[in-house]
Amino acid sequence: MKQTKIIMGMPITVEIVDNSATDKSLQQVFNYFRQIDKIFSTYKKDSEISKINRREIDKKDYTLEVREVLTLSEKTKKQTNGYFNIWHNGYLDPSGLVKGLAIWNASKNLKKYGFKNFYIDAGGDVQVYGLNSQNKKWRVGIKNPFNQREIIKVLSLTNQAIATSGTYIRGEHIYNPITNVEQKEIVSLSVIAQNIYDADRFTTAAFAMGRRGIEFISSKKNLEGYMIDKDGTATFTNGFEKFVC
Amino acid sequence: MKKILLSVGVIGIFILYSLHQRDEANSVHPTSQDQLPLNSVGSDSSGNPAISSAPSATSNNSVTFKSGTFTGDVADAYYGNLQVSATIVDGKITDVQFIQYPNDVHESRSINTQAMPYLKQEAIQAQNSQVDIVSGATQSSEAFRQSLQSALTKART
Repeated sequence: MKQTKIIMGMPITVEIVDNSATDKSLQQVFNYFRQIDKIFSTYKKDSEISKINRREIDKKDYTLEVREVLTLSEKTKKQTNGYFNIWHNGYLDPSGLVKGLAIWNASKNLKKYGFKNFYIDAGGDVQVYGLNSQNKKWRVGIKNPFNQREIIKVLSLTNQAIATSGTYIRGEHIYNPITNVEQKEIVSLSVIAQNIYDADRFTTAAFAMGRRGIEFISSKKNLEGYMIDKDGTATFTNGFEKFVC
Repeated sequence: MKKILLSVGVIGIFILYSLHQRDEANSVHPTSQDQLPLNSVGSDSSGNPAISSAPSATSNNSVTFKSGTFTGDVADAYYGNLQVSATIVDGKITDVQFIQYPNDVHESRSINTQAMPYLKQEAIQAQNSQVDIVSGATQSSEAFRQSLQSALTKART
């Protein structure tokens, strides 16, 4: 059973292979993402984040969900030498962590309901569990940053997660007019982790590091990475290869 | 009424954009999904369009646009600002250019200047095999939608 909806401004796909899956199981996942979006959207004017950014809410009145995200963001900032930062010019934008956390929590809920074989894909960040409908490990492709029609790597994953950060590219051109040469070097970085929360936040931070991002991923236990530079050369961690089909 | 039609058009364009990449990625393997016309895309209670299958690239005639290039507002994407311009010819979007794209770097704070002993390199190569899921960057889709929406608002006749 599989369905896609646009929530939080991105396509979210849930597939549950287990026979016991019903439409309700899928809707529960989508509803969870809507709840999260209601609190954390930086685009919805009535979200808590928007209210915080308009200085309409006092710190002591933040909801538990927001407090948790702020704590996790601080922790991640320390773990990434300051590269992960949800504060931009005095405004709060925790989307680099919220997406991964939401997929992770939704996955844990599905496990709680007894599902063993499923995946949740939110805008290209994916958590997989168990096996696919052919009773094999999930086959996950990494998109070619130079050609959206292509896949440049096929991975075999189970009980794992993968997140990809990248610059937007159309055809042969990298549409990245900001003058910083270093950051133009890297066009895509994918990170495999045990859970999508780690994969998402560490991909985000490592991508901001430029070329050195892959070294950072390599230095972290339980993380594997595949980085593509502007010339189409990939640099990847030793352990990445064992997931390649 | 005109407003409703415009928002339907804008949402439709965004859905097409969102699914475009996925669609294309999926097209390299034979399990292409059934295609639905755009008008079968429903809406759920929270106003998010519900799609059980990828829509085909159907043109939407409910909104008319002036020809020309229209620059959208700057939208705040995750890494920074994003801004697009849309070129419209005979009522159709023929091109979308990125004027600003989020880019965040703090190179002065390098974490490790040593060589990369645990890393390997290769040239990337297109794979021609079937996959269940595709991982790719989409974190700016909301900002993209916002900027494009304002560009199209300017193009309204």
